[in-house]
Amino acid sequence: MPKRTDLKSILIIGAGPIVIGQACEFDYSGAQACKALREEGYKVILVNSNPATIMTDPDMADVTYIEPINWQVVEKIIAKERPDAILPTMGGQTALNCALDLARNGVLEKYKVELIGATEDAIDKAEDRGRFKEAMAKIGLSCPLSFVCHTMEESLAAQAKVGFPTLIRPSFTMGGSGGGIAYNKEEFLAICERGFEASPTHELLIEQSVLGWKEYEMEVVRDRNDNCIIICSIENFDPMGVHTGDSITVAPAQTLTDKEYQIMRNASLAVLREIGVDTGGSNVQFATNPDTGEMIVIEMNPRVSRSSALASKATGFPIAKIAAKLAVGFTLDELKNDITGGATPASFEPSIDYVVTKIPRFAFEKFPQADDRLTTQMKSVGEVMAMGRTLQESMQKALRGLETGLAGFDPVTSDLEQIRHEIGTPGPERILYVADAFRAGLTRDDIFAISKIDPWFLAQIEDIVGEEKALAGRKLDELDYAELRRLKRKGFSDRRLGALLGVDQGAVRARRWALNLRPVYKRVDTCAAEFATNTAYMYSSYEEECESRPTDRKKIMVLGGGPNRIGQGIEFDYCCVHAALALRESGFETIMVNCNPETVSTDYDTSDRLYFEPLTLEDVLEICHVEKPFGVIVQYGGQTPLKLARALEANGVPIIGTTPDMIDCAEDRERFQKMLQELGLKQPPNRTARTPADAMRLAEEIGYPLVVRPSYVLGGRAMEIVHEPADLERYMREAVKVSNDSPVLLDRFLNDAIEVDVDAVSDGELVVIGGIMQHVEQAGVHSGDSACSLPPYSLFPAVQDEIRRQTVAMAKALNVVGLMNVQFAIQGDTIYVLEVNPRASRTVPFVSKVTGAPLAKIAARCMAGISLAEQGFTKEVVPPYYAVKEAVFPFIKFPGVDTILGPEMKSTGEVMGVGRSFAEAFIKAELGAGDRLPKSGKVFLSVRNSDKAGSVEVAREMVRLGFEVVATRGTARGIQEAGIPVQLINKVNEGRPHIVDMIKNGEISLVFNTVDEKRQAIQDSHSIRRSALQMRVPQYTTLAGAKAVCVGMAHAEEFDVYSVQDLHAMVRNG
Amino acid sequence: MSSVPAILVLADGTLFKGSAIGAAGHTVGEVVFNTAITGYQEILTDPSYTKQIVTLTYPHIGNVGANAEDTESRSVYAAGLIVRDLPLLHSNFRAEASLSDYLKANNVVAIADIDTRKLTRILREKGAQPGCIMAGEIDEARALELARGFGTMAGQDLAKVVSCDSIYQWDTREWRLGEGYGAQAEPKYHVVAYDFGVKHNILRMLAERGCKLTVVPAQTPAKDVLALKPDGVFLSNGPGDPEPCDYAIDAIKDILDTKLPVFGICLGHQLLGLAVGGKTSKMKFGHHGANHPVQDLDTGRVMITSQNHGFQVDENSLPANVRVTHRSLFDGTVQGIALTDRPVFSFQGHPEASPGPNDVAYLFDKFIKAMDERG
Repeated sequence: MPKRTDLKSILIIGAGPIVIGQACEFDYSGAQACKALREEGYKVILVNSNPATIMTDPDMADVTYIEPINWQVVEKIIAKERPDAILPTMGGQTALNCALDLARNGVLEKYKVELIGATEDAIDKAEDRGRFKEAMAKIGLSCPLSFVCHTMEESLAAQAKVGFPTLIRPSFTMGGSGGGIAYNKEEFLAICERGFEASPTHELLIEQSVLGWKEYEMEVVRDRNDNCIIICSIENFDPMGVHTGDSITVAPAQTLTDKEYQIMRNASLAVLREIGVDTGGSNVQFATNPDTGEMIVIEMNPRVSRSSALASKATGFPIAKIAAKLAVGFTLDELKNDITGGATPASFEPSIDYVVTKIPRFAFEKFPQADDRLTTQMKSVGEVMAMGRTLQESMQKALRGLETGLAGFDPVTSDLEQIRHEIGTPGPERILYVADAFRAGLTRDDIFAISKIDPWFLAQIEDIVGEEKALAGRKLDELDYAELRRLKRKGFSDRRLGALLGVDQGAVRARRWALNLRPVYKRVDTCAAEFATNTAYMYSSYEEECESRPTDRKKIMVLGGGPNRIGQGIEFDYCCVHAALALRESGFETIMVNCNPETVSTDYDTSDRLYFEPLTLEDVLEICHVEKPFGVIVQYGGQTPLKLARALEANGVPIIGTTPDMIDCAEDRERFQKMLQELGLKQPPNRTARTPADAMRLAEEIGYPLVVRPSYVLGGRAMEIVHEPADLERYMREAVKVSNDSPVLLDRFLNDAIEVDVDAVSDGELVVIGGIMQHVEQAGVHSGDSACSLPPYSLFPAVQDEIRRQTVAMAKALNVVGLMNVQFAIQGDTIYVLEVNPRASRTVPFVSKVTGAPLAKIAARCMAGISLAEQGFTKEVVPPYYAVKEAVFPFIKFPGVDTILGPEMKSTGEVMGVGRSFAEAFIKAELGAGDRLPKSGKVFLSVRNSDKAGSVEVAREMVRLGFEVVATRGTARGIQEAGIPVQLINKVNEGRPHIVDMIKNGEISLVFNTVDEKRQAIQDSHSIRRSALQMRVPQYTTLAGAKAVCVGMAHAEEFDVYSVQDLHAMVRNG
Repeated sequence: MSSVPAILVLADGTLFKGSAIGAAGHTVGEVVFNTAITGYQEILTDPSYTKQIVTLTYPHIGNVGANAEDTESRSVYAAGLIVRDLPLLHSNFRAEASLSDYLKANNVVAIADIDTRKLTRILREKGAQPGCIMAGEIDEARALELARGFGTMAGQDLAKVVSCDSIYQWDTREWRLGEGYGAQAEPKYHVVAYDFGVKHNILRMLAERGCKLTVVPAQTPAKDVLALKPDGVFLSNGPGDPEPCDYAIDAIKDILDTKLPVFGICLGHQLLGLAVGGKTSKMKFGHHGANHPVQDLDTGRVMITSQNHGFQVDENSLPANVRVTHRSLFDGTVQGIALTDRPVFSFQGHPEASPGPNDVAYLFDKFIKAMDERG
């Protein structure tokens, strides 16, 4: 059956901001879907609130809306664009829920829009726990014993039937939000309460626990002719009990016989048929009893997912692309398998001849109050994938690819008690503790008994530990070719071997090279070498035959950003992709190196050649050895490649763009200070302390409050604002280890300063400003967590011009070739330079989307020697509209964590809002971030002393907008004195009823709460912010934020939707 | 870590050095590769692999050990096994022995720790070719000599070599989790199955569908089969070249004259093709895997199939009363034929799976239906 001709235009709904449970995998799928549908001649309309995505690039769709994803806004887009169909299966849970809302609210019917890819009924059947269970029973598949509950009474009755431990799963939430495992009644009540909150349908599934059973996933694709194929089977290293997104997973499944595998395969197909997924990709999860093989179905997702992105990368089969084509009527046999150059059709099942390991990456260091035990609610923020010819090779590659400092199975502890705890009650590093358990003398049986990790996996780790032990006391030069090769074939990194042999990795590398022991590169071809492939998608292995077949073209290699983490996410991948695209267009051969399976950069057709490899010195040097690139770009992948820059350069790798020496100059405190002095620019007074005593003394020199942080940080790790010596003393004692090599930096904190971000691009001659962004939150809130406006909404033109002048001066001083980001703070009339980063910044995609100037592409061409003049980009673009970027936070996933913003970055993603005024843009950004601002009700105000004056203005404005004001005593006083009506409420420690009672009773519709950065003050008000979060009451923890809300609130209803293409036309037409 | 050395030498002179994971000694055969990820034990015991050394492209082979259930015949037929890695430990609730012990017990010479992807690439480019695995005492020159002395599979009549010696009855049904293989209750039809190297799962699937099975040796004349008064005749899979099997071709011709329902699989399919007057030919490296798409030309449906053959029926050699019913979407070759004038059909791949997907199981139902219709 060929494609449908009755459809002309299709609306694709994206996934919105990056949150835990929905990361760049949906940019990957959405971008593929856009390309696939346009290739077939459909008009593609796209909505996604996330500006950092490739899919929202203006040339990816015909019409692109960077607008909030909720049914009301999408209805506006539908009314304007009148699409024939909506494809809701590419944008994760967000898109599915939005599609269901559109259906339920009659929008689809009203505008005669068809859902393609998944019907309303199929989505509902897969998502509604009760209906799903019923469907499974109908096809003879078992589900865990479970009950759908709508009240606490029902939940308790259900719990009595299923026993402890009990699983609690809220309906219609993503990443298991709000769910968990309860071992006792108290936990059960707490999780149920949370779950009811999280479920939009106020519905829970109380389920029998199958903790310790083996967990599997099947990625299935079906077409409308009922042709079904399995793309990939996945086996979880972590047995049931840990969310699959938080589990280490391995592809293909390892411990199933063919008979058991076929049962699972048949069941997967039956599930798709019964749920009614007519076309597209789905993911079905199973658990099996390790003793009997008894199999149960856990759940299915009727859409592409994180797992399908992983499966696509793991096999080379582009699930989202194929799913998009199936949605418009193609059948699998009509589509080609691109990776074999079309030699074979898409209707086959990939066979792989390597092992894939995925390890999640966590960010608990950012949320010290969060419970870091892994349960059924997803908590990881990113993942790394690695391929090897054996599990050991792939697993050790994945461990070093995580970029948490590991070189392999690095030991953590020898404390048996801790080890037992960690392998039995898994946290983020369980796998390391498994190795420690072997080191500490536990047997495979012991470890299995505690962890239920399949002995097959345990034996692999046991063997690695055994190899490590055997190296104790050995000398590097005793290892001959055969022995070193055996170790390398097990995936040991040079660094790990060095640590075991008491030498550095350079010595191991030198020895290895002297023995001519190097990895070869094998291709990912979907067919286990049955057919030849020209697709250069490769991974390394210590094997005989190398298939890399490098060309003699002029090549540029782009080093990616590795696994997502807070502070380094999709924005950097966006830049890497743009570099690859731009340089390919300019005639270079492009080579991508990255190990994050969620990304667009690791799509095999983004670059000419893709090396799916960890971003370590060893791995990158080996690729350079084979490819001999003309230039390597290190400034686009965030800290990951930057950290390698100097070592790569020292090993003769040609780094293009700003030199590593100049990058260092910007990061090195003393060199940078000297540069600023020479340029006559100001910095907040600052010092570098190398001992705690130093710190106390230097602090007195520059005065409190101070921003303190360790010298090399990303995303504000361990950064704090301290107000008095006691705070500083505690910080030096508890937060950091200070030494000569890693000093602590002290900066004078600028009170009430406005922070400004500037992105600029330079070719070494000319510097062009990309955009000036004024932060909404005051200086002191991490720039990644602050909302910002482009263009600035309240900065005088003269100040902006001075910012421009200073930016250009610094770019020239640093000989920047490529991108540069500067952070300024403006206090009164004084402009301070906070920091300069001569590399891609988090705001590059936002600026590019707003101005229409693709900065990352432009800068990549500069690095390759194409001047700005040649590119015709010589002037800053200042848009005739406002765009606001707002940060999105994972607080809801971490019970107990404070929502207060500070110098340490905590956001996972961002959204953008556009408007004719700042207010319109701001309100849309808030809406995109998920905050539904109320139109009336009670607003609660409780602010710190320094904000008291400002709070009066906020109160006045809120009253004018028709709100009632509720405030705590201190805040209320000023408001009363100004003659504004205010209701007084107790603080939590002032007796009941207090503010938290009011919030919990649903009496408060908006919270403005600012606190001094002092421990006690923060602790005292914590429950206010936490209860607001739980009750989904929008809250703002800065006065600046509160003021912006007041401005925006006036526009709460009257906003329009604008397409990116129209906006850019406005820019072009001046 | 003391491992016994082993080598693999191909007839073209390519040498691989690895370690022995099976019996000591040497073995010679046609080296083929199979891309199935699961089901190594079924593959090893598939009589169609007679005189073939199997390379499994998935690197970890042996993960689930070996058991008494997952076999397709009474013994291992593959001439040898080549894998990248024998895992340190097998893990499966049904495992009874390690793969290595199983190989040794069955006297199978096998090699691990070689670059099987390189080997696969060579076989893909140059075609399947003879090879020799030598384990324990190594003599490279001798191994090469042995490999080159193997000759070719073309012209080799192996069906009669692996077939049963005498008639036997079969009544075991399909495998079920937790139940194993059940016994048949009241069969409805009597099917005579020619054993050219039959895989047991074919017999199980027929038994499951109510067939009382009489399995006869490859060289049983048609009149003996007809004397058993079958409701239908089944032509099994098997090793080697179909062309020299004149005894079988003659018998099939006679059976076709009776208008009895006939169903053939793999070698049985090729023999049917020859019996109706078509031709067969040797393929470059054949089809060996569990992921091959085959289209049912009547419905347009695509099935993922298990495949294991080195010969094919040539489409343009087929007479007018034979129509092609299935086609490989990998290379367009004939995967199924049916006679237009009688209830006779055959399939090149393996509808019985084991290992592999069960997508084509409906052909067994079709055979039953043909017997139903005959009344």
